[in-house]
Amino acid sequence: MEIIRPEVSTPQEADLAEGNLINSFLETCTSQYPDPDKWLDEEIRRNVLLTTVDAAVAWARQRSIFPLIFGTACCAFEMIAASGPRFDLSRFGMDIIRFSPRQADVMLITGTITWKMATAARMIYDQMPEPKWVIAIGACAISGGTFRESYSVVPGVNHIMPVDVYVPGCPPRPEAMIHGINRLHAKIVKGTIDNPNLALK
Amino acid sequence: MSIKTEQFYLNVGPQHPSTHGVFRLRLSLDGEVVTDVEPIIGYLHRGIEKLAESRTYTQIIPLTDRLDYLASMTDNVAYCMAVEKLAGIKIPERAEYIRVIFSELMRISSHMMAVGFYLNDCGAFFTPVLYMWREREKIIDLFDMVCGQRLLYNYMRVGGVSQDIPDEFLPAIKKFVAEMPRYIGEYNQLIKQNEIFLARSKGVGILPKETAVNIGASGPVLRASGVKWDIRKMDPYSIYDRFDFEVPTGDAGDCYDRYWVRIQEMTQSLRIIEQAISQMPAKGPVGSDVPQFFRPPPGETYGYIEAPKGNLGFYIVSDGSIAPYRLHIYPPTLINITALKDMMIGWKVADLIIIFGSMDVVLGEIDR
Amino acid sequence: MTVAVNTEETGKKIEEAIPGSVVSNDKGSLTVDSKALAQVSEFLKNTPGMEFDYLTVLTAVDYLGYFEVIYRLVSLRNNQSLILKTRAYGRENPAVPSVTGTWRAAYYQEREIFDLLGIKFEGHPDLRRLLLWEGFTGHPLRRDYL
Repeated sequence: MEIIRPEVSTPQEADLAEGNLINSFLETCTSQYPDPDKWLDEEIRRNVLLTTVDAAVAWARQRSIFPLIFGTACCAFEMIAASGPRFDLSRFGMDIIRFSPRQADVMLITGTITWKMATAARMIYDQMPEPKWVIAIGACAISGGTFRESYSVVPGVNHIMPVDVYVPGCPPRPEAMIHGINRLHAKIVKGTIDNPNLALK
Repeated sequence: MSIKTEQFYLNVGPQHPSTHGVFRLRLSLDGEVVTDVEPIIGYLHRGIEKLAESRTYTQIIPLTDRLDYLASMTDNVAYCMAVEKLAGIKIPERAEYIRVIFSELMRISSHMMAVGFYLNDCGAFFTPVLYMWREREKIIDLFDMVCGQRLLYNYMRVGGVSQDIPDEFLPAIKKFVAEMPRYIGEYNQLIKQNEIFLARSKGVGILPKETAVNIGASGPVLRASGVKWDIRKMDPYSIYDRFDFEVPTGDAGDCYDRYWVRIQEMTQSLRIIEQAISQMPAKGPVGSDVPQFFRPPPGETYGYIEAPKGNLGFYIVSDGSIAPYRLHIYPPTLINITALKDMMIGWKVADLIIIFGSMDVVLGEIDR
Repeated sequence: MTVAVNTEETGKKIEEAIPGSVVSNDKGSLTVDSKALAQVSEFLKNTPGMEFDYLTVLTAVDYLGYFEVIYRLVSLRNNQSLILKTRAYGRENPAVPSVTGTWRAAYYQEREIFDLLGIKFEGHPDLRRLLLWEGFTGHPLRRDYL
């Protein structure tokens, strides 16, 4: 039986390839992804009558999101505090916080993203199955924060991927993060109504 | 029939549940046994040293918070001490006692995090973390009372602290100190005799004494290998020579000793806090009268303290203007990582995670 | 109390053992010639009475005419400390011998100085960029970057 051997590269070649990829990111990711903001705070009740299937799917989707914490720096510890006993996150159905992108619905980017880490962040975003959402938590993820003028910090994670909810703060209190997650719930419901094909994906 | 195996490279990537941050390890494996380890860092390099060259001395204090974000009061204290040494400023008595109380509270909180996540890596998934989180929330409430922030305080200033402690702080901290020993006893009782924990950590990841000194290790990692070197005793800064406490050491230098040294240091910190509360002057100035655009005399200095993770230092060169000419941060955890190659070769992949967890790294400090 | 050693006496002892190495000393620190650095570091580590076996900080500063590399050594047995400095000239290829053979604490710190300031350390087992990626042009911490 033929064994198919993949191309194995030495560590030095792997480093050079990673460096070239990061330089290409530096050149291409100069503008921001546009924010999808058609969903601004409207009365959901005023919309057309929902079919039972749409309503059920929307309810199930918002009440059982599996998050993926992409925690790089300080904000990750406030997220862990939000899932602790005092600010309980599992009452919103987000109990299963795992680090695997294949099972996740929402990606929580907490902390500074540098150009060296940007390739890994984009790779993990691409590995998540549709439908997927992204929440940018903390000043560093929104716009670079205190470190914006630095030579190695991405000025906002929306240069690399489209973002749905921004939660400002440095670090934001766990109550603020829970508020951001509630806004994401409203967006998911509205998104399911606006785009009924989303229910069939 | 023998199976032909060959060496291969495995990447324990930057995003991984047990790497305590964005840390990458490139392993060469022969079956399940590790033959070579190469740590790759730099995924959180934000250029703090370069940013500091264009900020005033007071504007650098929030930048230093973000270095070791689990113990940000001690980062502030180290930086402020270095600048005070450079300019020759003496700070008021009450401010000294407040600094000591907060540094020791921060030490307890940081060690609780270290031990909790180490037990998480050993296999007790998240239960010890949540037990210790319960006490950490009490410490965070005390900080919230004083400076309004939960994680990154920005409380120390060059020449003192930024504001005085409110009246309800002292009764609250006395209550905390009175009930904490019972909780430390509870953590010990739950885990210390557990067979799985003992089998996984005793004898694993041994760091001998000469190696620890040669690589420049500091903090609990050095003390667990048998070297009794604690800057608070050997080279006292601030008012640490007025307090009576002990420095715990271990003998074997394995993961269990590092865990045990941290538990005992928490008890000693409670002793220091009790003595500081009783000796603190009841009223007095705490703030600094340092101007906003502060120009220290030209020169250079190195100021260092015993942070929870080791020997944290700041090297400042000043040329008389409002921003430093050069600021260098000496991170204890980067130097402790030099020992990983010695400690990990010959062990299996499952032991790597335990050894790395016992070193207690924070990537914000390694990468700066 | 960790006492800083008297730099004049230490300078004299080093000059007797390795002539031509000490360049200057001011009150806080001792400057040696970079070519004699390897011998001076062996002497400081192994001489009884001066066993400086613990290297703490290794850092470098860019004064625009030259680079200055600074070492802070501590002796755990005698509870003493010493600051040692050396200079590297030239903007294109400044170079200094490495002390990784004597104190392994220098391993990552020398790599970091090479990455951010561009000073080469001769004799280092693996001199590569540490914090920035392969293919990054320039050395950010120099005063003439950006």
